Amino acid sequence: MQIELTHYLLLAAVLFSIGVMGVLTRKNLIVILMSVELMLNAVNLTFVAVARYTADLTGQVIVFFVMCVAAAEVAVGLAILISIWRHRGTMHIDSVKLLKW
Amino acid sequence: MIPVSLTDIQGVLPETIVVIAALAVIMADAIRRGHSGALLPVLSVLGLAAAGAAAIFLWGTSGTVFNGTVFADGFASFFKVLFTVIGILTILFSPHYLKITGVRLGEYYALILTAVFGMMVMASAANLLMLYLGLETMSISLYVLAGSQRGDVKSAEAGMKYLVLGAFSSAFLLYGIALLFASIGSLDYEVIGTFFASDFHPGPLLVSGLALLMVGFAFKVAAVPFHFWSPDVYDGAPTTVTGFMSTGPKAAAFVALIRVFGVALAPASSLWSGVLTVLAILTMTVGNVVAIRQTSVKRMLAYSAIAHAGYLLVGIVAGTKAAFAATGYYLSAYALMNLGAFAVLILLNRRDEGSYRFEDLRGMGFAHPLLGITLSVFLLSLTGVPPTAGFFGKLYIFSAAVEQGHIVLAVVGLLNSAVGAYYYLRVITLLYMAKPEGESIIVQPAAYRFALVISALLILVIGIFPEQLLRVITLAVP
Amino acid sequence: MDSSVFDNNLIRFLFLFGAAGGLVAFFVALSAWLGPKSMNETKAEPFETGMIPKTDARRPFPIKYYLVAIVFIVFDVEVAFLYPWAVEFRNLGAAGFISMMIFLVILLVGLFYAVRKRVFEWK
Repeated sequence: MQIELTHYLLLAAVLFSIGVMGVLTRKNLIVILMSVELMLNAVNLTFVAVARYTADLTGQVIVFFVMCVAAAEVAVGLAILISIWRHRGTMHIDSVKLLKW
Repeated sequence: MIPVSLTDIQGVLPETIVVIAALAVIMADAIRRGHSGALLPVLSVLGLAAAGAAAIFLWGTSGTVFNGTVFADGFASFFKVLFTVIGILTILFSPHYLKITGVRLGEYYALILTAVFGMMVMASAANLLMLYLGLETMSISLYVLAGSQRGDVKSAEAGMKYLVLGAFSSAFLLYGIALLFASIGSLDYEVIGTFFASDFHPGPLLVSGLALLMVGFAFKVAAVPFHFWSPDVYDGAPTTVTGFMSTGPKAAAFVALIRVFGVALAPASSLWSGVLTVLAILTMTVGNVVAIRQTSVKRMLAYSAIAHAGYLLVGIVAGTKAAFAATGYYLSAYALMNLGAFAVLILLNRRDEGSYRFEDLRGMGFAHPLLGITLSVFLLSLTGVPPTAGFFGKLYIFSAAVEQGHIVLAVVGLLNSAVGAYYYLRVITLLYMAKPEGESIIVQPAAYRFALVISALLILVIGIFPEQLLRVITLAVP
Repeated sequence: MDSSVFDNNLIRFLFLFGAAGGLVAFFVALSAWLGPKSMNETKAEPFETGMIPKTDARRPFPIKYYLVAIVFIVFDVEVAFLYPWAVEFRNLGAAGFISMMIFLVILLVGLFYAVRKRVFEWK
């Protein structure tokens, strides 16, 4: 079977959905951050696949920027997580009052 | 060779100045190791003022720079000036607040500057990637600012919640951008605009891309039903930061909405204007109704901020130049009144930090005339009572909506304003109708009083001469 | 350049290989010759970081590790921008060079800040 652009886009969509489900259902803050990363990487996959199939490098350049932003976001996330850990001694979402949604 | 010309650099002069100021503040803080006194706020205010002056200097230019990725037009200039004003006011309120809450962070000022930089990039972005980068620069700074009160677990939790949901919504926005890119092949607003102006086929990729883009934006402007993060984050964050992030980022997101949905996607409005109408109605109604039930003034203002996003969405739905100008006017007025209201609350909060109970305001209008009068001006403007700026903002937006036949939206908006009047005026009644409980001494630093008076005066000035400001914005609307 | 032995790709590769290997050998020899030598219990551990190699994996780390790791992530990813720039260095010209220098200066300010805030001091 030939692997077409559609397959990549579908894979990205599935990955993105897994990420969304992870953010909405998981209880550990670290896992939630990882799920957000999964969502962003699904987007990256979309960009790279489109760049490959249209022979346009723009998509790949965008991925650089997205990776960079994601790293900064995770760095801040971990820092705030440490701050919460120092107060509460846990990373479980139920122990964090404001974080119920 | 990358073709970078002097025009390019001139086009992003305000941004450049803000970045240089932010770097200077970081360096100064690092060198002085936290013993910098008034140096950091002074540096930041000077940097922002210079950036604002540069933006005014650039007024009258048009078109794009940097290969069509950045707008250097009047609309961008106008909002850059607004962002510098928001930044300066926030910084004037901050030293006192940081002192009473015991936060000793030099980064605080640098982060405000980087957030302002992000907003400026959002306002002048002519490319969806540029928009995303500006948005993230702003958001990441705000995550840290929201969590900056390290002694208070509520602040850390607010920062965490903001980060998780902010990143979550950014991912939606980005996925929408990716799908648009997959179906159009470009991220420039101009190319997207010509694509939608031509005879396009709304395939599944395109429609889901638009839907995701809209969800992302709805999260960012805290439109119901994507609003649930904002009251908790606004409540938990340090109050100066709450004022800052309920005004600046909202304005930046609305400029981007106008540029993306209002202009580039305008030919395809049949695809999205219905959804946006429902969002606007829900946002106005839920924000106002829930605000009534709050027991903390800070939380009440957080919900009222949601309601105001609803009024602003009406302007986007109306979709004419006049409506966009009205939105710009309302955003300016809203920034001043909301920042000011939060600032007065900081001074009037007498119990432990973070309670902001209605009882604290009892009789304060007589005990502290300046605070009473300024808070009344801010609240009257939030209510929409003439001759304040808030009244004309609502008037312009709703009349633009009526002109376009959105009668329902305008009627719902008016009913909601009436609901809003109930809880805003209740605060003013508390200020003046009751006797204060015992003596109260409130320290009011000069910079703080100055910023309060300036905000209140500006609200009255643009309320008394609304036509002039509106004409300026109308000239700039894309 | 006129035709020379370097036109052969294999020769080029071998030259690069030899140069890289030689450099490594040179530095290893240099540090063996010049460097101070000490041998103790900590030094003999698999990880010289002070980590106990065999223990419960859920043992809490000193918070310092996280701080350094966070700084590392950020700088590591920023440096990724250098690769496309290096590949296109000639085509980008002076404007590209200046842009990258501005980028690096901003990064250096961040590094300076981290150093002054005692992120890398281990006590």
